[in-house]
Amino acid sequence: MERSSGAGDEPIAVMNEGGPWGGRGDDSDGGGGKGPLGPRNPWSQPPRKRPEGARGPAGPSAIDELLRKGRERFGGNLPQGNGKPVWIWGVVVLLAVWLLLTGIHRIEPGERGVITRLGRYAGTFQPGMQMSFPAPIDKVSIVPVETIRSTQIGSAAPDAQNLMVTGDQNIIDLAYAVRWNIRDPERYLFELEDPDGTVQQVAESAMRAEIAKVTLNDAIGPQRSQIEAMVAQRMQEILDSYRSGIAVRGVAINQADPPAAVMDAFKEVSAAQQDAQSYMNGARAYAQQLREKAAGESAAFDRVYAQYRLAPEVTRRRMYYETMERVLAKTDKTIVEAPGVQSYLPLTQLPKGAAK
Amino acid sequence: MLLFSTVAIVPETKQALIVRLGRPVPGVYNAYKPNEDYGRTGAGLIFRIPFVDTIEWVDKRVLDFDMDRQSVLSTDQLRLEVDAYARYRIVDPLRMFTTARTERRVSEALRPILGSSLRNELGRRTFAALLSPERGQLMDNIQVRLNRVARQYGAEIVDVRIKRADLPDGTPLTSAFERMRGARQQEALTLRAQGMREAQVTRADADADAARVYADAFNKDPAFYDFYRAMQSYRTTFGTDDANPRGSSNVILSPDNEYLKQFKGQN
Repeated sequence: MERSSGAGDEPIAVMNEGGPWGGRGDDSDGGGGKGPLGPRNPWSQPPRKRPEGARGPAGPSAIDELLRKGRERFGGNLPQGNGKPVWIWGVVVLLAVWLLLTGIHRIEPGERGVITRLGRYAGTFQPGMQMSFPAPIDKVSIVPVETIRSTQIGSAAPDAQNLMVTGDQNIIDLAYAVRWNIRDPERYLFELEDPDGTVQQVAESAMRAEIAKVTLNDAIGPQRSQIEAMVAQRMQEILDSYRSGIAVRGVAINQADPPAAVMDAFKEVSAAQQDAQSYMNGARAYAQQLREKAAGESAAFDRVYAQYRLAPEVTRRRMYYETMERVLAKTDKTIVEAPGVQSYLPLTQLPKGAAK
Repeated sequence: MLLFSTVAIVPETKQALIVRLGRPVPGVYNAYKPNEDYGRTGAGLIFRIPFVDTIEWVDKRVLDFDMDRQSVLSTDQLRLEVDAYARYRIVDPLRMFTTARTERRVSEALRPILGSSLRNELGRRTFAALLSPERGQLMDNIQVRLNRVARQYGAEIVDVRIKRADLPDGTPLTSAFERMRGARQQEALTLRAQGMREAQVTRADADADAARVYADAFNKDPAFYDFYRAMQSYRTTFGTDDANPRGSSNVILSPDNEYLKQFKGQN
């Protein structure tokens, strides 16, 4: 790695950095002052290229500073002209910066770095610090493989509707989200022109195909989770057939409602359900009451009857008199002794005397 | 400068074609082959003669195009708005270049064909069949038909799929809503009626149960029950067992009354 990178860099570095110009430019600045220099103007053009080559605008200025310091310290001592060593130093430092910036990659956990060497796939970096050839040779595309992304289709907002036709030719308003991640970073990069858009289109297609198989009531209610699973499975099959490198993690139906236009009718149904329930509740209460009453009365009869059987005649008499007492005690009574004659009796004394 | 105009980098995602003074050179760099491994493809450096060769790039990836919304009439005269998409790949870049030049033109050439074959295929079925899982066969037919045209452009159809199949706005949608509404109203009526029926049955069951319980108890001695019940009845009727009696009673007794037999001092 070290050896080949050194060998590979040199010519390109010289070309890109415009080393000789850069060196001379520094020289003239330091030595000749900053006044406008007529003949040197053409030379001031090339150094502008440097930031581009060095991949960082900070590079050159820091290097300028370093060079100036170096010159101040050693310049006097060096017997030969200070031009040549300085630009060599400059090139070396630039090379180092460039190598550092484009040859070392930090791959975070959950990411992979796909390396292409002169366009050709050359391996995948696992997480960690990784080294590659510098920029024009190797290109590293970092792909977050573990991050789970979410593609939202339809929205749960009340004004936005995503209508679909169900198997029983009703219409449903559906909003759902697909969670997915990248299983195979190379395929993700190399196989599809628009992987994200593909996920969306495949999701729509798969959901509609599944919804077309079920009835409206099933889609709204009990089969939701089944539909979610079926859509996820179908999506995975389609995406695999495209060699997309995408893994579907799950489909979640956020909303499955009848369309707003018929919502009232659906509410009417649930109102009817409530009504039916309340009819039933009333009937159950009535039934309960009636049964308890019957049980109570028959139990009471049984008790009395048991006693009656022990002494039928006396019990019967006693009950008769007690009842008469209570009935007649509270009523106005008239005893007709003979036709045409009426006598008014005192209210309370009569029953007492009669009870004996 | 010379170096850069001599070599070019072919990425994994592209196929390259060299056109020498306007004539395509046979042979495609990094041509698509099914199931090849990355890294062993033709991607990498290629050389060309400066100023004489130009490189034409052709996408190697799966491309897609969306069809414009089509209005389809089923055999039972129901209208359906259909959205479909197709995915394809350029498998013969040379042919593609000579017939269409760019991928975009291929898409544009295939789009109306997808539209018309979709209309033809769907128009031969009933509305219910469009929604049924039988759609798979239908899509295969369309794909075959589209593929025949795509081959002429050096492309291969990977997949054709209906994305959406909706009722058009306006009358069809409104009448569908109307039908749904009617069905729901009917359901609501049915639910209420069922509730009533069940309530009635529940009440009747309870009545029957109570009757049975009473009969079981009272049948032990009908004569005594008669007496016992009469006594209860008197108390209730004459208001003595009632917390707030309704109306007052006025009793006229004949001396022959059973109750008054001791009153007369007979016996």
